[in-house]
Amino acid sequence: MSRRARPVLVIGAAGLALSLAACGSGSGGGSPSGGKVKVGLITKTDTNPYFVKMKQGAEQAAKSENVELTTAAGKFDGDNASQVTALENMVAAGVKGVLITPNDSKAIVPAIAKARAKGVLVIALDTPPEPQDAADALFATDNVKAGELIGAYAKAAMAGKTPKIATLDLAPGVSVGVQRHEGFVKGFGVSASDPSIVCSQDTGGDQAKGQTAMENCLQKAPDINLVYAINEPAALGAYTAIKAKGREKDVMIVAIDGGCTGVQAVKDGRIAATSQQYPLKMAADGVKAVAAFAKDGKKTSGYTDTGVTLITDEAQPGTQAEDTGFGLQNCWG
Amino acid sequence: MTASTSLTAVGKEPAVLRRFLTAPAAGPFAALVLASVFFSLATDQFLSGGNFSLILQQVMVVGTLAIGQTLIILTAGIDLSCGAVMAFGGILIAKLAVQGPLPPLLAIGLGILVCGVFGLVNGLLVRTVPLPPFIVTLGMLNVAFALTHIYSDEQTVTGLPEPLTALGRTFPLGRTDVTYGSLVTIALFLGFAYALSSTAWGRHVYALGNSAESARLSGIRVSRLTVGVYAVAGLVYGVAALLLVSRTGVGDPQAGQTDNLDSITAVVLGGTSLFGGRGTVLGTFVGVLIVGVFRNGLQLMGVSSVYQTLVTGVLVILAVTVDQLSRKGTR
Repeated sequence: MSRRARPVLVIGAAGLALSLAACGSGSGGGSPSGGKVKVGLITKTDTNPYFVKMKQGAEQAAKSENVELTTAAGKFDGDNASQVTALENMVAAGVKGVLITPNDSKAIVPAIAKARAKGVLVIALDTPPEPQDAADALFATDNVKAGELIGAYAKAAMAGKTPKIATLDLAPGVSVGVQRHEGFVKGFGVSASDPSIVCSQDTGGDQAKGQTAMENCLQKAPDINLVYAINEPAALGAYTAIKAKGREKDVMIVAIDGGCTGVQAVKDGRIAATSQQYPLKMAADGVKAVAAFAKDGKKTSGYTDTGVTLITDEAQPGTQAEDTGFGLQNCWG
Repeated sequence: MTASTSLTAVGKEPAVLRRFLTAPAAGPFAALVLASVFFSLATDQFLSGGNFSLILQQVMVVGTLAIGQTLIILTAGIDLSCGAVMAFGGILIAKLAVQGPLPPLLAIGLGILVCGVFGLVNGLLVRTVPLPPFIVTLGMLNVAFALTHIYSDEQTVTGLPEPLTALGRTFPLGRTDVTYGSLVTIALFLGFAYALSSTAWGRHVYALGNSAESARLSGIRVSRLTVGVYAVAGLVYGVAALLLVSRTGVGDPQAGQTDNLDSITAVVLGGTSLFGGRGTVLGTFVGVLIVGVFRNGLQLMGVSSVYQTLVTGVLVILAVTVDQLSRKGTR
């Protein structure tokens, strides 16, 4: 091929890319709309089923409220730059409001401030910015309460036994993980430095890392009989490690999230109980709040608890819980 | 098409047009123009000074990284560590300035210098041991990543003093707000375009990329040149670190994790050959703008961000295909 043919090829390439883009807009539901209110949703990543459910909730609400939804996500958990860029572009596109689950609670704050200065309603979903009032409002699970529910459950279920606890946490300094851990400890009725907590490891909420962490914990303290896991993937990783030691019958695992895989694991008896949260509701309520703002100009503010429910098939006296039938009906993922 | 027919075809056109069409960045430039025209027609908000300034502001960090990346790729090397080195530089600048013990301007200077040292070490390992650039910079990626997280203690640094955020501020140009930082990026692009095309150093870089052995035989001090290119690239990453800090207004230990690949994407889209010796930094500027324009335009159209990634992927593959085919053609 000659050198001159190159520009032609690249132009062809660009044409192809543009037609791809056009396809994208068709399936993304972004049909050209005269004067429709625009709402943006920015999740931490595209891949986690939790955020997929969130997107579904937003899409459903966008349809019923007759608003136009545009979505974006970070490339990886912790990717602040992509979220900032998406937020700027949405503001440029003229959105009325943006729903965002910040990848970095502090780093997103200046970008949120710029969007709000242009009159855009910014609602944090799931994860608050720091400080929390950097956004107009927060729609989220009460993570302390989620921890308390499984802490209190574990306390009741462990009655009469001497607890040896492993906590499989998220990562240092991440508020969601810290709050859940604090809630669990509080619900269990011990202090954070109680000697019954024999092992604490970070898992990043990842199944493989949860397994490694649990293996190390069992190495350190073979008589562990209660495991708190930051989420269900970490819990299932822990279960694999515990099963390999043949101890799955006498170690109890409690977790948080209420994803479908997790609730199924509760049903199968691999996890004793989990606190279920509702990402679909967070996003749906968020879209409705933006639609309401577009209508009457009133901005929603403050914190809205989107609810959390204890899911278990072996309810303990003194704890309120729903069974896995309810859990599977309302699960995400 | 054979070489002779293409020559006659080219010969019919005016010299300026011919020169433009055969310049390495002509194809990417055409793609950029086409994409911009498309988005101008498809959305109401794309075609405005404010939006163009926004795109510039959004590409300034990766664009600056891509300048260093271009220099290294021109020597037939590659740098996987650029984003991680920048992240370390950024957290260093932010933390030194906020928590002491340095005044902000010294913190900035030291941060840029440290990035230069990372580049210098990369270059020394590549040239003197010698080791493949891919492996050296893969190692350095992990070293810089780990140092960032150790030094930052996983904490985002906030409350930055004025000199660190100055480049993130804007000034009015007509009715458009322009970010100071994007001017820094443009100045760097122009400076390196001049250095590569019009200085002995620049010609040596191309010679080295074409064939290190021939470059050595023609009297170029290859070792010094290579180490110098990596060190200069490191300093450029340091400037990117300052731009990053000023753009986001925080020191973010998670920053830059995909920026190594994003910078390579920009270089490739801009028509620079991964085999070295061919390409321009202005092409890279076009490449980084292509990514920025697609990201912005698709978002304005309401297209989900996965499609932006999809489009970028397709464009990269097409760009390297074009490079490979045209390489065959010219030999």
